[in-house]
Amino acid sequence: MLKNRHIQGWLQASPLTLILIGFLILPIITIVVVSFWQATEFSIIPAFTLENYEFLFGSPVTYKVFFATFKYAAITWALTLLIGFTVAYYLAFHIQNQTTQIALFLLCTIPFWTSNIIRMISWIPFLGRNGIANSMLQSWGVIDQPLEWLLYSDFSVILAFVHLYTLFMVVPIFNTMTRIDHSLIEAARDNGASGFQTLIHVILPLTKPGIMIGTIFVLTLVMGDFITVRFMSGSQKANVGRLISNDISLLQYPSAAATAVILLITVLIVIGILLRFVDIRKEL
Amino acid sequence: MSKMRYSRRAVLKGGAAAVAASALPAPMVWAQEIKDITLRQFGTGVSNLNDVANKVKEDLGFTLEMTALDSDSVTQRAATQPDSFDIADIEYWICKKVWPTGNLQAMDTSKIANYDKIVGIFRDGKLTPESTIAQGTAPHSVGFVDGPGGTSFATEETGWMTLIPTIYNADTLGIRPDLIGRPIETWAELLNPEFKGKASILDISSIGIMDMAMVCEAMGEIQYGDKGNMTREEIDKTMAIFTEAKKNGQFRAFWKTFDESVNLMASGEVVIQSMWSPAITAVKSRGIECVYQPLKEGYRSWGGGIGLSSSLSGMELDAAYEYINWYLSGWVGGYLMRQGYYSAVPETSKNFMTENEWGYWFEGKPATDVITSPTGDVLAQAGETRDGGSFYDRMGSVACWNAVMDENQYMVRKWNEFIAS
Repeated sequence: MLKNRHIQGWLQASPLTLILIGFLILPIITIVVVSFWQATEFSIIPAFTLENYEFLFGSPVTYKVFFATFKYAAITWALTLLIGFTVAYYLAFHIQNQTTQIALFLLCTIPFWTSNIIRMISWIPFLGRNGIANSMLQSWGVIDQPLEWLLYSDFSVILAFVHLYTLFMVVPIFNTMTRIDHSLIEAARDNGASGFQTLIHVILPLTKPGIMIGTIFVLTLVMGDFITVRFMSGSQKANVGRLISNDISLLQYPSAAATAVILLITVLIVIGILLRFVDIRKEL
Repeated sequence: MSKMRYSRRAVLKGGAAAVAASALPAPMVWAQEIKDITLRQFGTGVSNLNDVANKVKEDLGFTLEMTALDSDSVTQRAATQPDSFDIADIEYWICKKVWPTGNLQAMDTSKIANYDKIVGIFRDGKLTPESTIAQGTAPHSVGFVDGPGGTSFATEETGWMTLIPTIYNADTLGIRPDLIGRPIETWAELLNPEFKGKASILDISSIGIMDMAMVCEAMGEIQYGDKGNMTREEIDKTMAIFTEAKKNGQFRAFWKTFDESVNLMASGEVVIQSMWSPAITAVKSRGIECVYQPLKEGYRSWGGGIGLSSSLSGMELDAAYEYINWYLSGWVGGYLMRQGYYSAVPETSKNFMTENEWGYWFEGKPATDVITSPTGDVLAQAGETRDGGSFYDRMGSVACWNAVMDENQYMVRKWNEFIAS
């Protein structure tokens, strides 16, 4: 009976299905259900209410915070794409020797040997009012007063995001670039295309799937983050993740669940739109 | 027979070993079974110290398991999981929330040896007969119930205590005198535009709102009926003033953990902020000037105590009373007072402190020698005095106790908005 291809297929798929049901589908259903419950200070009451959503949509702060989340995501995306694409391009096309290529690629991953939080927090003494950056600029005579906006600002939040997540852009883009047939580039050059034209008309379209995968990584990571925003803004700025984490720390689980549901829907819409542009499965 | 037996005579008869083992204020030899007792204590980090658990094992023979949680989790656990603990080490405002659930049992004060020596704040609310009682959840107001099964708080001493006070202190603003360069006298300075981008407040709603209220009242912007129990209107006004200040860039950052507050101050990012006493000590121990500034409006104070789970009975209950009596007998008090906190029975703690330490921490006298913490860090040099002075100076000018408001849920949501705005 195991010979039956149909049953075999189901059996092979079942471990993943079970894991996804147990660790993805059920928790999400729970979150959705809880988001319609009531809460007091100590207890969660399983009674249907729309109060959590009413409060969420009724508060101007919610809209501001969602806007800030998109702002962080968009700016981080643009910067990581620019840097990631450049790095990947250099690795894929300028380094001819494969050993060097791999060595340099591994070099990019070295920062990932330490924890996310440590890499993030190490910016704080560097950017502080009396930090290394400010004292260096002052000793060079570039500035007289320490720059206040270096730390605990949108600047420092985005800087940390870019630092943390650029590699998520480099890897998929590099991966697709190495698979580009070099004869295509030669053909473009033979047909009289300039380097820039080759980049725009040949390489860019062919690396689209890699860019898209990197984009999905970066957007979901940034939109779901709360700890980077908390530390790098000195708790002064907020994105949706922080709204949720604040609620949880104050034991407002239903309200946190409602915010999480809205965030999930938002991210799914964004990814849905992105996938309209590129059919990842076909391109891979 | 699992009844516990104390026998003073056995100690007197016993040999040198027994005498050595009984170097306690209340020498008692316990039945063998006591070794098998384990009491589970949980509470906030301040007084959940491993040193205490070790000393309990040494002095009393039974095991004390400590779990440290943040105050929100402590509240939740005390209210919802009565069987998960034997002893709850909680703050008085948490007691106000938790007591009505019936998860704690009242304690018979006649079984508490040092009850008469407990500081007045925890008994009739008055530090000295002339003192006035501060706003907020004053400990004595939730300290007693009518009887063993009482669910509502009594207004006076009844002989049945809800919590045995263990540790308390008076909080104020911390400043960097070297970077400010002028005297700071009022809470209103926190929002002084002079410190734009150099101020901070803590991002813990229940305490932060009190600090805010102290500031708003000092500025003359709001007159509160009771800072510990604000109306929605008062909450809105307070938040409006601070949101405005935040938008104008008054704050450099908000802090949530002890370490963050230390780093903000030590690095000079912030020169004035709400702070806790040990954080000041931590900044000073790095050789940086930092003062726990007494302010004319007074202190925001907090107090904690230990309560017994209602499921505690029999020998475990006896052991718990033994633990409480030991707690008030001085060793723990001395340990805590050498960190800058106060003990509920200061006079017993005195026996466990040097004259110099007692003078510095309690009497507000200049240190005659180096002052060190229980773990050996140098906290002050000879000649220095404690910020705010003596026990009576500091605890005598408390303006408000940490509290939980009737409008707590509303306040929490507003707080969340303030942080996000």
